[in-house]
Amino acid sequence: MSIDRATAAKVAKLARIRVDEADLPALADDFNAILGFIEQLQELDVSDVEPMVSVTPMRLPRREDVVSDGDQQKAVLANAPDAREGFFAVPKVVE
Amino acid sequence: MSDLTKLTIAEARDALRKGETTSVALTEACLAAIDAADALGAFVHKTPEIALERAKAADQRIKAGDASGMCGIPVGIKDLFCTKGVPSQAASKILEGFRPEYESTVSGRLQDAGAVMLGKLNMDEFAMGSSNETSVYGNAVNPWRAGNSDAALTPGGSSGGSAAAVAADLCLAATGTDTGGSIRQPAAFTGTVGLKPTYGRCSRWGIVAFASSLDQAGPMTKTVRDAAIMGAAMMGHDPRDSTSADLPVPDFEAMLTGDIRGKVIGIPREYRMEGMPEEIEALWARGREMLADAGAVIRDISLPHTKYALPTYYVIAPAEASSNLARYDGVRFGYRAKLAQGDGITDMYEKTRAEGFGAEVRRRVMVGTYVLSAGYYDAYYNRARKVRTLIKRDFETVFADGIDAILTPATPSAAFELGQTFDDPVQMYLNDVFTVTVNLAGLPGLAVPAGLNAQGLPMGLQLIGKPWEEGELLNIGYALEQAAGFVAKPAKWW
Repeated sequence: MSIDRATAAKVAKLARIRVDEADLPALADDFNAILGFIEQLQELDVSDVEPMVSVTPMRLPRREDVVSDGDQQKAVLANAPDAREGFFAVPKVVE
Repeated sequence: MSDLTKLTIAEARDALRKGETTSVALTEACLAAIDAADALGAFVHKTPEIALERAKAADQRIKAGDASGMCGIPVGIKDLFCTKGVPSQAASKILEGFRPEYESTVSGRLQDAGAVMLGKLNMDEFAMGSSNETSVYGNAVNPWRAGNSDAALTPGGSSGGSAAAVAADLCLAATGTDTGGSIRQPAAFTGTVGLKPTYGRCSRWGIVAFASSLDQAGPMTKTVRDAAIMGAAMMGHDPRDSTSADLPVPDFEAMLTGDIRGKVIGIPREYRMEGMPEEIEALWARGREMLADAGAVIRDISLPHTKYALPTYYVIAPAEASSNLARYDGVRFGYRAKLAQGDGITDMYEKTRAEGFGAEVRRRVMVGTYVLSAGYYDAYYNRARKVRTLIKRDFETVFADGIDAILTPATPSAAFELGQTFDDPVQMYLNDVFTVTVNLAGLPGLAVPAGLNAQGLPMGLQLIGKPWEEGELLNIGYALEQAAGFVAKPAKWW
């Protein structure tokens, strides 16, 4: 399995990370080195093995379905790069 | 008292209780040492006002007789922990300016115990790295140097600032986190002690997430006893982390008897790596002898899936990272790229993440995205989760056969030079070859300094314990520490 430029560009798009056209070949090389390394996993027969969900056997704890927190608008917005009138501000989303 | 910064936690605690020193005196000594050690790049955000305020409060508590072992002890906090009102950047540009409105559970527990935060410590960006070279703050530097060379060495990573700070006596101890070896490898490179607890022992709440099924916080200290004291203060159930274990935390320090007679120590044959330096092989052999001399039974064991641990890790960790790091979108916190006229929201995401993440983080997020993408999910991600089951089963099998703990080298080499370039990213990953299995299996692991190499650099051994048996693990580590008698300190050049 070898990653080409087009696949590298697609992955970058999916990850929402801008990659310059000129940097795609080097990125594809990096991917190929890492994927070549993890390719070893194909040697094993894992047909009867359960994929691990939780490393320690435990039941996911449950709690009452009630509001336990809130009313913290100021704290929530305190670190926003752009907050206006009690909201996060972003560039235009809909054309 | 002289040389206050050189004290261990246990020594400082006893001196505080006897009234021989004060937390303010300890804290001032550490703050002075920190200011004189900028060349180490260990402390990246200093918090002297907070430190002195907490030290004064600690002295009041000690005077009132209301003090736990950590009360008044000056510590450093890895930049991965959210600390209220104090920059917490995970050494990334993308969290520039972020001042959390809340305190992580672990740093909060230390604070409640009376520990004094001196500042935030350098690390690899988002804990992704083994040399502390991916940090937005620049390198942390190992206080140790090889022979007469003045070449700068790595303190290891990702908890490189923590390790450098403890080894250089800038603080009495520090917090670290360990996803694939990030506590134990830097501890080994700096002649310090590092404990990665069982997965679920320390709450992950408020710690910037890298790979949530592997991440675990732990103490980085000068001695095993200190790891017992500080570790117990960091651990405990937290309902805000759904994987936090609802189990009592024993008094680990009380379990340090040094008596390991009859304990069965496993030596995994798969950890004898081709091309492993002779000095590491010799250290491991000495470790076996020391434990045997202390009365332990040494037994050869097999962990047959060991060679698949690193490739498994390099599927699972990037996959989880790509999900966890999706939150850095330039909207809610941290850095946002400057946008051009007409840029829409997707441009904002893509530019923010391209500029805000460093090269290694971008690479791992994209690898994670790839292994989770349609068509590859089964071939890579699900397969890796199955192999992870096999790796854990290897350990369960040997523990069921009567093994109490496992002895391995902590790292495949001593500290290496900063600024080395590698042909491909996989070469750097090999640093974690002995440590990463422990994260995949959720087990506790302890790095103990055990000797110096020919160039005078520290080398560490790793002990791997049974789940939730940190007390026994620390006791075996204590026996190893006593036998090794490691007392060397780096010669001060900074």
